[in-house]
Amino acid sequence: MDPECARLLPALCAVLADPSQAVADDTCLEKLLDWFKTVTEAGSSLLLLQENPCLVDLLTHVLDLKPQNVSPRVLSFSLCLAGTFAAQEDCFEYLQQGQLLLGLFGEAGPLSWAAWSVPIVRSGWIRGLRSLAQHPSALHFLGDSGAVDALFSLQGDSSLFVASAASQLLVHILALSMQGKAAGSSSLQGSAWPACAQKIVDHVEACLCSTAAPQVTQALNVLTTTFGRCHNPWTEVLWGQLGPLVAHLLENEPIPAAHSLVDLLLSVARSGPRDMAVGGSSSPVFASADCGLWETTARMLSCLSPSQAGPLALGTLKLQNCPQALRSQAFGVLLQPLVCILRATAQAPGPPGVLDETTEGSSMTVDTLLSSKSACVGLLCQTLAHLEELQPLPQRPLHWPQTLLVEAAVIILKLCEGSVAPSSSEGGRLCGALAGCVRVQRAALDFLGTLSQGATSQELMLQVFAVLLETLESPASSPTVLKKAFQATLRWLLDSSLPPSSLDLGLPAPLFLKELFPVLQKRLCSPCWEVRDSALEFLTHLTACWGGEADFREVLLASEVPKLTWQLLRDPESYVRASAVTAMGRLSSQGLQAASESSGHLEVQQGLVGELLHILSVDSEGFPRRAVARVFTEWLRDSHADVARDTEWFVATVLPMVSRDLDWEVRAQGLELVQVFLAQTLGQSSPHCPYVVTLPKASPPSPLPEVLRTLCQLQVFDFAFRALFDCDRPVAQKACDLLLFLKDKTAPCSGLQEPGESSDVTSVEATLQRWQAGEQGQPLSTLEPKEVLAALRSMDLEGLQSRLAESSDHVEKSPQSLLQDVLATVAVLEENVADCY
Amino acid sequence: MVPGKTTLPMMPLGRGARRKNSQLPRRSRRQPAETGRRFLDLRSGEVDIKHPKVRHETVLPVRAPNLTMQYPQVQINHHYARLWTGHDFYPQFPSFATCSKELKECSGHVFVDSVPEFCLPETELIDLSTVDVILISNYHCMMALPYITEHTGFTGTVYATEPTVQIGRLLMEELVNFIERVPKAQSASLWKNKDIQRLLPSPLKDAVEVSTWRRCYTMQEVNSALSKIQLVGYSQKIELFGAVQVTPLSSGYALGSSNWIIQSHYEKVSYVSGSSLLTTHPQPMDQTSLKNSDVLVLTGLTQIPTANPDGMVGEFCSNLALTVRNGGNVLVPCYPSGVIYDLLECLYQYIDSAGLSSIPFYFISPVANSSLEFSQIFAEWLCHNKQSKVYLPEPPFPHAELIQTNKLKHYPSIHGDFSNDFRQPCVVFTGHPSLRFGDVVHFMELWGKSSLNTVIFTEPDFSYLEALAPYQPLAMKCIYCPIDTRLNFIQVSKLLKEVQPLHVVCPEQYTQPPPAQSHRMDLMIDCQPPPMSYRRAEVLALPFKRRYEKIEIMPEPPPRPAQPTSGKKRKRVSDDVPDCQVLKPLLSGSIPVEQFVQTLEKHGFSDIKVEDTAKGHIVLLQEAETLIQIEEDSTHIICDNDEMLRVRLRDLVLKFLQKF
Repeated sequence: MDPECARLLPALCAVLADPSQAVADDTCLEKLLDWFKTVTEAGSSLLLLQENPCLVDLLTHVLDLKPQNVSPRVLSFSLCLAGTFAAQEDCFEYLQQGQLLLGLFGEAGPLSWAAWSVPIVRSGWIRGLRSLAQHPSALHFLGDSGAVDALFSLQGDSSLFVASAASQLLVHILALSMQGKAAGSSSLQGSAWPACAQKIVDHVEACLCSTAAPQVTQALNVLTTTFGRCHNPWTEVLWGQLGPLVAHLLENEPIPAAHSLVDLLLSVARSGPRDMAVGGSSSPVFASADCGLWETTARMLSCLSPSQAGPLALGTLKLQNCPQALRSQAFGVLLQPLVCILRATAQAPGPPGVLDETTEGSSMTVDTLLSSKSACVGLLCQTLAHLEELQPLPQRPLHWPQTLLVEAAVIILKLCEGSVAPSSSEGGRLCGALAGCVRVQRAALDFLGTLSQGATSQELMLQVFAVLLETLESPASSPTVLKKAFQATLRWLLDSSLPPSSLDLGLPAPLFLKELFPVLQKRLCSPCWEVRDSALEFLTHLTACWGGEADFREVLLASEVPKLTWQLLRDPESYVRASAVTAMGRLSSQGLQAASESSGHLEVQQGLVGELLHILSVDSEGFPRRAVARVFTEWLRDSHADVARDTEWFVATVLPMVSRDLDWEVRAQGLELVQVFLAQTLGQSSPHCPYVVTLPKASPPSPLPEVLRTLCQLQVFDFAFRALFDCDRPVAQKACDLLLFLKDKTAPCSGLQEPGESSDVTSVEATLQRWQAGEQGQPLSTLEPKEVLAALRSMDLEGLQSRLAESSDHVEKSPQSLLQDVLATVAVLEENVADCY
Repeated sequence: MVPGKTTLPMMPLGRGARRKNSQLPRRSRRQPAETGRRFLDLRSGEVDIKHPKVRHETVLPVRAPNLTMQYPQVQINHHYARLWTGHDFYPQFPSFATCSKELKECSGHVFVDSVPEFCLPETELIDLSTVDVILISNYHCMMALPYITEHTGFTGTVYATEPTVQIGRLLMEELVNFIERVPKAQSASLWKNKDIQRLLPSPLKDAVEVSTWRRCYTMQEVNSALSKIQLVGYSQKIELFGAVQVTPLSSGYALGSSNWIIQSHYEKVSYVSGSSLLTTHPQPMDQTSLKNSDVLVLTGLTQIPTANPDGMVGEFCSNLALTVRNGGNVLVPCYPSGVIYDLLECLYQYIDSAGLSSIPFYFISPVANSSLEFSQIFAEWLCHNKQSKVYLPEPPFPHAELIQTNKLKHYPSIHGDFSNDFRQPCVVFTGHPSLRFGDVVHFMELWGKSSLNTVIFTEPDFSYLEALAPYQPLAMKCIYCPIDTRLNFIQVSKLLKEVQPLHVVCPEQYTQPPPAQSHRMDLMIDCQPPPMSYRRAEVLALPFKRRYEKIEIMPEPPPRPAQPTSGKKRKRVSDDVPDCQVLKPLLSGSIPVEQFVQTLEKHGFSDIKVEDTAKGHIVLLQEAETLIQIEEDSTHIICDNDEMLRVRLRDLVLKFLQKF
């Protein structure tokens, strides 16, 4: 331990032991615990206690004090601290000699104190034991002290955190007892289990046989955690012993703790593939063919309610090592609600194979769907989310019923819109339940979006575009639904693999565009800013992908969209202005900006640069200014025509604005812009800029001194040096990287520096030091290339870079600072008390 | 030529209102085919408790917006008598040349060229002269009031809140003004001949009760009708004849709009008319007072249950902005009060954000000024948010600021100042929403030819296709954004869960999905027990048992009821009393069994046995084979064929009771 900390420790212990001195908050106690843990992990705990007797004194003092006099926080802290020390066996023995541990963790300890009613104390007790339970001596101690029994009762604690921690600790104790006992599974049969483990297993068994659902849940939770953590031969024996009891639970009606049961089965099943991956052999649990897991899972899938079976089905399908029949059954469970919807609305019921597999249990699904609006909505949202999750996974079924799924998503969206007229009474009730349901609409749109990647017939694609357009057009669509509809539309447009140039072929996507733009226009005028924002984002993405396609350009330019987008640059909502800036930036890059009749293209373009500069200089919100800075960087990088015309003018205009911006992201983006400019000007392409060779640079790279002079004139160095001491670390880091890049590039020019000219550098350095001290107002005299080179050479940029790489609170995070903080807080509290009197 | 529609629901309460025996044509609220009425229909929607009808029900059914891939450009046809193109339609109707002057054809549609006529409230079912009280729920429901108070012999009282009366007056004044501005000599009547009418093309041939249609009332009649209204305030209890108490409650739909509680000492009936749970300008709906109702009569739900008002307002703003940005003008046919306040408030917030600050908004109506000013002074009838502004130096509605900043200008008509100020592009709010009269007609003609302009329909009462029919062909864009803030079915189901009435009574149309959307099971009332429904012209017995009645017993015997006099219609209840019989005395008191037995013994009865029963006692005279069954509220003497004995026993029983 750091000597300074060791010096402060007695004072800290005294403060903690003094009931009259309250510690301000428990986060500092948590930090202290973390620190002690680090210290004990690095060295001997026993030595630590011997060198710092104040620590044992603190524990003794807490124990000696009447429990009601100790604050629950300090009590909890002391329990955790004692556990941390006792994690090492020699230290455990040391503390046991003084009966300290028994006093703190035994039945006569906190369990009997009034403070036990405070959850933080119970939690501290469990955490202490969890730290302590690391060696055989601890196991004996746990057995003798009655702690295991206390843990059994704490599983049902009113505090969920305490109950969960108790359950976790039981699993930990079970695993600890079984350590080294895994040589042969046969030796674990019957009474061969260690006493402590036997006790826990007996308890779990008893709970599984109980009729009380909470007890069953507790037992299942313990088992779930066990199988999730431990992959040893004894877990197979354990499953062999308890599996039948678990299967027996399925005979009850209703099935108790169904959710926990699902978790357990998946936990047991998952313990297999991981072991296979590691060991290359089947997991212990699956070693015996008759382990019954798959049978139990299959039975559960068929008897659980559809909403309970969904997560099990998804979990089963995610497994890599699972019988094909079970996978088919699980997939059938997931598809069931969608098949029911299609049937009820008299749609084509999909491929015959799917239907056959999903016939079983359909009545239960139909009942759920029709029972109430909330049940219907809940089941559909869950099903759609599960299928969406499954879709991109490699484990998804080979025969993925793309058509059925797309049809189902379309029909669900139509039901939500109220635009489908099913003939059956079930269909009518579904329509009543789903009409106007935003939750289902959102889930269906998300799902439909993910389905865009699959192969879909042209006819079905037309249906998809029609329903998306209907949703986008409907006045009843909420802003979130519209956002998702735009996202799904974008995915279908881009993934449909039909470029707009195929317009003449009558394919869906291009035709759709003609219908889409009037809707987009309307949405850009929506009174709801979220809608305007979503529409702009959609436009930006679509233009980025299709901006070069002639037909897309034609449709876009024939519409009012570019003009409306321009107008949204003045939107009162900053998010919308930011999105409009991005969209206009993109449109302009593609030459798609609005060209009014009165003004020519050039005027429009200059108008746009002016408008963006205006936003950058006067907008009161950060988002639009950031967007402008990003757009300018993009334009420079892509060699936008207007920028390329006079790059130096452009940089000279933008830099003063971004360098003084209050928003650090704008300043950082400004540095990015400079970076791009340097890469282009210095004639070397950066790895990020592969297209730089194609830039219209007729002349070869200028000589370096000349470039440096230009950079000085553009005040690039002024900006970079100033940013080096920016109060926001990312800006400083970026400036540092930039200067290092410059230093690297200017190395060949070092010959410019003549000996005896160092006085100039001194003045620069003096200014820089003042900036570092926070006097950013101090102007930097006009720099000359020579001064810059000298400054770059003399500065320890590498050192600065590594310092900046450390997190900004590395000084404050030191243990010494922590101890001082705790003591200072107490001192302040004392002063306040004195002031009062 | 005056097609269109409006209805004016009111709720008359009548003691023994006589039901006339008539087989009225029944039509459903959303019957889609009847789109052809050429006349304003001012029939009363919610005529009475027995015969409530949905407002604006049959006349011009409102359709949901077209949900095809693109909103269709409405392409119907041209209108107006003086724009008649003069196509010859006689070949189709060779035998009706007699009424040829009355009928005009326009793009395949036949119209009647006439002074506007209005379909009156239902008068076949009730003799309005027997109605004692009319309760007016909101200002849209009172447009037929002059017809009732001035021409039916009605002598009862009308109750309404002050804003209802004031704004109702404005609506009527505007209507009269619009009609009187363009006088027309004659009403068309020849076409109403049944023999001719049945051969006319649809929808003229389907128009019903055409003979009862009337011309518009005059301002004198309006003033006279309004003078008969007694003003009431929310939660004020009004005693009616000592029989029932009536209380208006805020319904949240419009300024001063009311629901009504009609209660006796032991029964409570709630009458829910046009109500809204949305946060708009009026005081919120009072739901709490509707609790514990025996019967809740539910009427006046939204006309367009599929159109969400918020979405429609968004649609309105978007289309308005799109049009104006392209240099076009926007025409909003509307009433001078109601939704327009909310639209102006919405635009107040929107125009700056949409960059429309320089676009002028014109509100043209003979009552525009009064409407805008009235709305600001009814502070106590406004929502809480606006009420609190009364204490601030700013008016409750932001349209005042729009007026101050010259963004909103209002004029009584298009003549005069408006002509000087008129600047385009602009947005014009004006009436009448039927497009058959009022200043809106001029704007339709002025702007109809350019596709840059847009007409946006916001009033839910009219089919925009019908309204536009005589103006075809029309180049201007047409947008249908009906804004109906009245309760939808989801809100109704929440309301009923909250209020929990024992019984719900509603029009039949609310108990089944709309015919055009039969799959929308969500568009109907779903409550337990299922609602009692009624059809048009059906008389319904309200489902409660009157178990108790509070009576006052006077110490003096009551005077004998006078022989009914004929002619006084208001006393019609007594008409039903059968001829007076000799009245039996009334009895009270109880029979003490022991004393009664002793008395019997004194009078020579022996072998008396008393048995206790659940309800009282049975005194058994075994010798005489006679039973005397004594219960709390009745005593029976059962003896076979011995009238003498029965009378003796009766007299002994009567000794224990008091007569009066």
